[in-house]
Amino acid sequence: MKTKLWLVAALVALMSAPALADRRSDAKAQVDFGIRVAQKSLWKEAVYRFEKAIEIDKTYGGAWNNLGIAYEQLGRFDEARKAYETAMELEPNNTFIRNNYDLFREIYDRQGRRRNR
Amino acid sequence: MTVRAVAAIGSVVAALASAGCLSFYEIAVETPIQAKLDVSPFQRVLVAGFLAGGSNNIDPNTETARLLRSQLRTKSELKVIDADVLALVDEVDRRRGAGSGSAPQVETPSDEPKIKNEKDLEEYEKIFADVEFWKKIGEEYQGPLIVTGSVLFTEVAKSGMVSRAQPFIDDRGITRYVEQRQFSNMKGFALAPKFVFIDGRTGAQLYSESFHEEALYQDNQNTPALSSYFELMDKLLPGFLNTLSTQKIKGTRILLK
Repeated sequence: MKTKLWLVAALVALMSAPALADRRSDAKAQVDFGIRVAQKSLWKEAVYRFEKAIEIDKTYGGAWNNLGIAYEQLGRFDEARKAYETAMELEPNNTFIRNNYDLFREIYDRQGRRRNR
Repeated sequence: MTVRAVAAIGSVVAALASAGCLSFYEIAVETPIQAKLDVSPFQRVLVAGFLAGGSNNIDPNTETARLLRSQLRTKSELKVIDADVLALVDEVDRRRGAGSGSAPQVETPSDEPKIKNEKDLEEYEKIFADVEFWKKIGEEYQGPLIVTGSVLFTEVAKSGMVSRAQPFIDDRGITRYVEQRQFSNMKGFALAPKFVFIDGRTGAQLYSESFHEEALYQDNQNTPALSSYFELMDKLLPGFLNTLSTQKIKGTRILLK
């Protein structure tokens, strides 16, 4: 009985693996395009692409990081903070995300102080 | 091949694979910082003049008005009004003379500035709350945004321990530096402006912000007051300009694949 259960679990895992890989590769395609448009400073389009990528794969830390950057460029600071923080939750050891977040926080905190004044 | 060797090779392969997959792009960014003040109701700005005091080495009123006008011309969308710079200190003195019933104060030839410190300044600052006065000035120029305030430019002297990088040549002939702390006498200038923004249509104060900067030099270094003034104003200008217009902070971020 136990062996059968293991077999079923292994089969389910094997069947879902390609689906996960497909999702990530679809999301990556959106991120690739988002990066290309971001490099041309088309930040609204970049936001759309990064959001699409996250819609496809919510666990994609890189996409959340990029979305944070894009929101930041559009002055949408509260949303940028949430996006960066989600990216850090998903990839806590990623120093690139941490550095981006630290640089953003310098600006965000300054704006916050001003709002509270 | 031992188990340890297999594990080592495996970890190297894993590291290389992950390095191969790692894709990132450094991108130059310009993060917009919103203006502190909504200036959309105004098309024009009048830098009226300042209550100035402290050192008499320079005329902070004229210098500040001239500098802010030239900065606003190039870095804001408001049209800058060219007008004579108001002598606000004289204006307050004139009122004092009229208020006391005596004859207006007569200018005495003196090297001493009327405002020497912040305490002196307090007496004069009441003019910023004089709605009628500012409304009248606003009417003269068809209701612009009025920039005024106070500028205290004072000489400062400080003594204390300072750190310096002292060069020395090591055994291999390479110049190296070692931090040395020594007692030093420093002198310089402090700049403490307060910028006040007034609605020229109503005379009401919209916003004000104070700054403070100091520049200290070795006491044997002879730095002209005017060059120190510009050095200090350079540090304050981004903060001033950000009151009226959105500023962009340049930097870089890393986009991840």
